[in-house]
Amino acid sequence: MATGSIRRGRFGALPWIGPAVVLILVMVVWPAIEMIRTSLHEIDQTGIAKGWNGISNYRTLIHNPDLPQTLVRTLIWVSVVVSLTVLISLPVAQILHGKFPGRKVVRYSIIIPWAASVVMTATIWRWILDGFYGILNRILQDVGVLKDPIDWLGNPNSAFVFLMVVAIFVSVPFTTYVILAGLTTVPEDILEASSIDGANGWKRYKEITFPLLRSALLVSAVINLINVFNSFPIIWAMTGGGPGYSTDTTTTLAYKISFRDQDIGQSAAMATVNFAIILIFISIFLKVSKWRETSE
Amino acid sequence: MTMAGSSRKRFTGRKVSLTISGWVIGAVFILPYLYMLITALKPKAEITKIPIDYLPSKWTWANFTEVWHVLPLAGYLKSSFLVAFAATLVVLIFAVPAAYYVARNKFRGRTAFLMLVLITQMFSPTALVVGIFREMIKFHLVDTYFSLILIYGAFNMAFSIWILSSFFASIPVEIEEAAWIDGASRIGTLRRVILPLAMPGLVTAFIFTFIAAWNEYVIALTLMSSPQREPLTVGLTSLIGQYQIQWNYLFAGSLIAIIPVVILFASIEKYLVGGLTAGSVK
Repeated sequence: MATGSIRRGRFGALPWIGPAVVLILVMVVWPAIEMIRTSLHEIDQTGIAKGWNGISNYRTLIHNPDLPQTLVRTLIWVSVVVSLTVLISLPVAQILHGKFPGRKVVRYSIIIPWAASVVMTATIWRWILDGFYGILNRILQDVGVLKDPIDWLGNPNSAFVFLMVVAIFVSVPFTTYVILAGLTTVPEDILEASSIDGANGWKRYKEITFPLLRSALLVSAVINLINVFNSFPIIWAMTGGGPGYSTDTTTTLAYKISFRDQDIGQSAAMATVNFAIILIFISIFLKVSKWRETSE
Repeated sequence: MTMAGSSRKRFTGRKVSLTISGWVIGAVFILPYLYMLITALKPKAEITKIPIDYLPSKWTWANFTEVWHVLPLAGYLKSSFLVAFAATLVVLIFAVPAAYYVARNKFRGRTAFLMLVLITQMFSPTALVVGIFREMIKFHLVDTYFSLILIYGAFNMAFSIWILSSFFASIPVEIEEAAWIDGASRIGTLRRVILPLAMPGLVTAFIFTFIAAWNEYVIALTLMSSPQREPLTVGLTSLIGQYQIQWNYLFAGSLIAIIPVVILFASIEKYLVGGLTAGSVK
């Protein structure tokens, strides 16, 4: 980031950055501390703190029978959704970067899942996948793939697969646009020169385009990691984490423990664990951004 | 010259294959919403027909008119718009000066500030919902627009500062110095010289905050308890919890919520790529 010499005001940085800092401290940092504090207290069902409790909420959490599968599922959820999102967005961005009739319309239509509320996108998918009235069953029966309708969201395995499909569906548009932005930095003349030199499309892509996309890819991957890990509306609107707890991630589980089971202490402990997982992501991000600085 | 880098072969019909794959991609992303529209245009009885029909036998707009009476949709729209607009305003008013100062000055605490921004960017309100809920109880702010505005503003601050400061940093200091020599004040320079140059960044920050606030679900679900103050996301999906889901109204209402945002988003599409370039590549 470039810095230049500029006249200083009488109060220095404070009037410029102060308001933003205060808002962040009160609305982001305070809840974080409050949550960690709550996780170390005994909280009754009405939410009143009964006093210091040590790690007993964490002990309850560890003995929660749903925790181990949920942790594994969360790991699968994040890694599959993020990696497939990036892998799909790369060719999609490349295609939308090219010129073809109707490109504008296609670009507008890919914006829709990004602009539309995720919870509304999730409800239309729930309707498409419905066991009785779902259009997917109708299509599959009409083309002869399926004899009897399937309750896609009633079976834990197929439900989880479709949740991931929808998560990818809503993540691809943003990722595609970040990559598209990266593609605009690839100099056309270099690509043309290399094509005169006889490099074929794939080789040009691998040796010129892809390296220049690295920073766009890292940024979009990190933002996707955070969004996908914290993704709540898709699971909540499509399966509610069910059947039972079979499609919960740690994010929806924390919400269930708190607002359904009313065990606020244990939920805060779960959320704090989530928080720790995100902190690991942050350190990855810090590494990445350092890499960006030195590469410039 | 254009190229589809993912295609290995160079056939003469490359443009044709590019066009076809482009249109297939467009179809994949638009079809679910098209089906949403088709469902919203079906007469009530045809929603739960077995087997379900692809198209309505009689196209009807009744769902779109009735939904305003079935649900307090006007109230939801008002809530969503008010909260999203106010949160965006908060972000721009707070983020522009901070981003500008950081881009232009070295000062004590700059690293700490950038660290704070970087770290809060990693947080989502979803992860902190328990803490936020308890804090809002303490401040007696549960079920108020004010709470949502501040929370959405705060959680979108980091991204906006990040995007904006890379824009400000890319504007040469000499342009500003020239304006000062001409006698412009510092604020005047910011307003008349810098902000117009940083327009793509401002638009990007504006749209990201607006969309995030308009579409937010978890915090609104947790904090808002009176139906007349619920935003669209929470109000519409409250239909799902009922024994018999009224899909026709759900989707008619959803489309009413989705269409203005898609138009808003599409209208700034040309800025979007530029805005993201500065944020992700610089």
